[in-house]
Amino acid sequence: MTHRFKLSNLYLFLVFAVLYAPILFLIVFSFSQGDSMSHFHGFTFSHYLALLNDTRLIIIVLQTLLIALLSSLIATIIGTLGALGINQTSRPITRNSILSLNNILIVSPDVIIGASFLIFFTALKIPLGFTTVLLSHIAFSIPIVVLMVLPKLRELGTSMVSAASDLGASNGQILSKIILPYITPGILSGFFMALTYSLDDFAVTFFVTGNGFSTLSVEIYSRARQGISLEINALSGILFLFALVLVVGYYFLNQYQQNRRLKRANREEDIL
Amino acid sequence: MKSKTNNLFYFIPYGLWLLLFVMAPVALIVYHSFLNLNQHFTLDNYITYFKSGTYLMMTLNSLWYALLITVATLLISYPTAYLLSNLKHKQLWLLLIILPTWINLLLKAYAFIGIFSQSGVANQFLTFIGIGPQQLLFTNFSFIFVATYIQIPFMILPIFNSIEDLNQSYINASHDLGATSWQTFRKVIWPMTLPGVKAGVQSVFIPSLSLFMLTRLIGGNKVITLGTAIEEHFLITMNWGMGSTIGVVLIVAMVVIMIFTGESKTRGGVPK
Amino acid sequence: MKRLLSLLLGIAAICVLLAFSANKLQSTSGDSSAKVLNLYNWGDYIDPALITKFQKETGYHVNVETFDSNEAMFTKIKQGGTSYDLTVPSDYMIEKMRAAHLLKPLDKSRLTGFANLDARFTNQSFDPHNRYSVPYFWGTLGIIYNDQSIKPEEVQHWNDLWQPKFKNKIMLIDSTRDVLGFSLVSMNQSMNTTNPAILKAAQAKLNRLSPNVKAVVADEIKMYMTENEAPLAVDWSGEASEMIANNPHLHYVVPTEGSNLWFDNLVIPKTAKHYKAIYAFLNFMLKPENAAQNAEYIGYATPNKKAKALLPKSIRNDKQFYPSDRTIANLQVYSDLSPHTIGLYNDLYLEFKMNHH
Repeated sequence: MTHRFKLSNLYLFLVFAVLYAPILFLIVFSFSQGDSMSHFHGFTFSHYLALLNDTRLIIIVLQTLLIALLSSLIATIIGTLGALGINQTSRPITRNSILSLNNILIVSPDVIIGASFLIFFTALKIPLGFTTVLLSHIAFSIPIVVLMVLPKLRELGTSMVSAASDLGASNGQILSKIILPYITPGILSGFFMALTYSLDDFAVTFFVTGNGFSTLSVEIYSRARQGISLEINALSGILFLFALVLVVGYYFLNQYQQNRRLKRANREEDIL
Repeated sequence: MKSKTNNLFYFIPYGLWLLLFVMAPVALIVYHSFLNLNQHFTLDNYITYFKSGTYLMMTLNSLWYALLITVATLLISYPTAYLLSNLKHKQLWLLLIILPTWINLLLKAYAFIGIFSQSGVANQFLTFIGIGPQQLLFTNFSFIFVATYIQIPFMILPIFNSIEDLNQSYINASHDLGATSWQTFRKVIWPMTLPGVKAGVQSVFIPSLSLFMLTRLIGGNKVITLGTAIEEHFLITMNWGMGSTIGVVLIVAMVVIMIFTGESKTRGGVPK
Repeated sequence: MKRLLSLLLGIAAICVLLAFSANKLQSTSGDSSAKVLNLYNWGDYIDPALITKFQKETGYHVNVETFDSNEAMFTKIKQGGTSYDLTVPSDYMIEKMRAAHLLKPLDKSRLTGFANLDARFTNQSFDPHNRYSVPYFWGTLGIIYNDQSIKPEEVQHWNDLWQPKFKNKIMLIDSTRDVLGFSLVSMNQSMNTTNPAILKAAQAKLNRLSPNVKAVVADEIKMYMTENEAPLAVDWSGEASEMIANNPHLHYVVPTEGSNLWFDNLVIPKTAKHYKAIYAFLNFMLKPENAAQNAEYIGYATPNKKAKALLPKSIRNDKQFYPSDRTIANLQVYSDLSPHTIGLYNDLYLEFKMNHH
């Protein structure tokens, strides 16, 4: 038993090691004195200092995070509603056709999506910038949310919902007391995947942005011709550590609160 | 009856999205696919596509590599998701799986170049264990490795969510009835986690069809997929007609895949 | 449910905070003033110190937005919805934009310092008499070799690349015109040929190069070469200077029989609005000391004669990036070909890439 346990831990360790290897590599080179990611040239903080003085890049980072969080949030709401709707359609043909439509934005290469969104926005005379980027990010994040939420809804099945409804629960109650709590993991996965899509997107953003608005991805890709400076590594390192602290912090805060709630509930039980 | 009104409410934002950001762009793509370089209506693009060995070859390439990537991703992700679900702080570990996806893809690809290059860490390790340096970049191995790396979180997430819902009592019952671990897996665990696996396969296979950047960055353009061709038609020859035609083919391929992996038969097949 | 709601509120609060701080930063850097210039440039293609200097000197605020390819930039300008005042297309793209009526002609009377430019780099075929463009940087296409395994005399000419001893040793830049172009030059043909038979022959010759081609890659070629992944590459001078800066074993050769001469020029797209700022910026960049500072930062060759004189001797006399007059005389500038011919180039090139495994 202990032998198997160790083997499984080793497997997980390997997976995590591979997942984090390139990021570690990037961060190590952010301290290199050279100006490219080959051959480490000795330790320095200079790239971090350059970053602090680069107001333009900092503004871009803030804009990137704003777009990512806001678009993921809205996409998660719309996508979850969509998944709830799809789940209630009874005919398999309708479901499958809606799902096919849903997946079109996932299968279409970014250039095509970007170009058609650009044509779309300019035809409607919407000036390019924050709004168009936000709308586009919401648009291409919705399908992944649906894909993440739908399996949870399917597992929930109909028995529980119909039981609740038989007991006289209203639609709102069923949604807030039964369905939403059950599909929360799916919703959160959808949100995080939407964040990933948004942070990673280059081509769509490139086409629909304008008037001084830019995101980190656009900036990084357009630097490729001249060579990406290690300042970008430094930036990625900082953002990564920030995200790590945030994620771990959020998790333990959540745990702490849950424990407290549990204790309080126990106490109340004792009193009763 | 009340579910009908509910349905409508769910579908309003989602339906608007489908209309504006899916159907409108698709109509635009289909329209463009019938235009030649002089903006005249023509079927030539489709004729070129189906008559030229180059494009059919690319289609086969795309399908084949997408399949390889999906299988590799699934093989790594399923055990990972399973083992993760047994850990103490499993939600935290899951978040840590997603975290690396927030670092820019281009940067991670550059990091992989550094790791896999002739003088990189991977080769230093191979030399250290006595195998000696190998050509790692521009091989199918490195291409599939990096593509898998990028897709892993998209597979782990839905599988993890469905494993989470596995009712431990079914597994215990199965063991109590004398089933071996393998039998339990095949007859109980696997069918019950199938919705998650399907969601994962869809969110990995479909985008893998149109990969283009990694085929060049890591694969050195040894593998040419439909994504590469679309990229060239939109950004180099500016032949949007031909590019859109390939886009239409991709969308049709996706719909076919959806029908095959769809749930028309297995609907409600999850054991309750 | 409660958990979801609190998350929702939390994220919304963070969004407000982010929007607020982004706005605040933007206003402190003087964005909201009417005196602005919207520059649409390649990423990291101007010394940021020069932007600061320009803003201090003139009071204009410069908004920089970036693109990563000529064609993508073209699509953006053509579709509109933006307000770029200046952009930096390459030679053939200037011709294409001109033909598509996307450029505003320069008012020469408002330009000072145009005479600082080297006459060899003005009045080019893509823009006769520089009616639309001011040269920004120029360069060539050539061969990069690593002196650890290649002797300089082994790679002086394009035809040298076909030697069997270079099996699996060459990296090519993923660019249709350039790859077919050097094959054409090696056959003594024009890099702008529209003759399908000649193009097919150039492709056939490229197919024979396939065994020597290790990979066809784009910007990342710099990383590969500095990492010694291959000892030979065909790439542009700008990329080469970047590689050489990071790996002293690398050297750059422009074959004397001919090659491509490329330009990145400043132009005024039809979306421009702030003409005073535009000319202030053009004149600022034409000043020798500024052009020289920019050339040192970017590492590309400057077309500004007076600026070149201000550069350190080691750069100024570097034959790799400032080749001799005789070599320059053999260089060819790409012209914008018809969509049909570009399609033919691209199909042949795609086939070549498909054939190399």
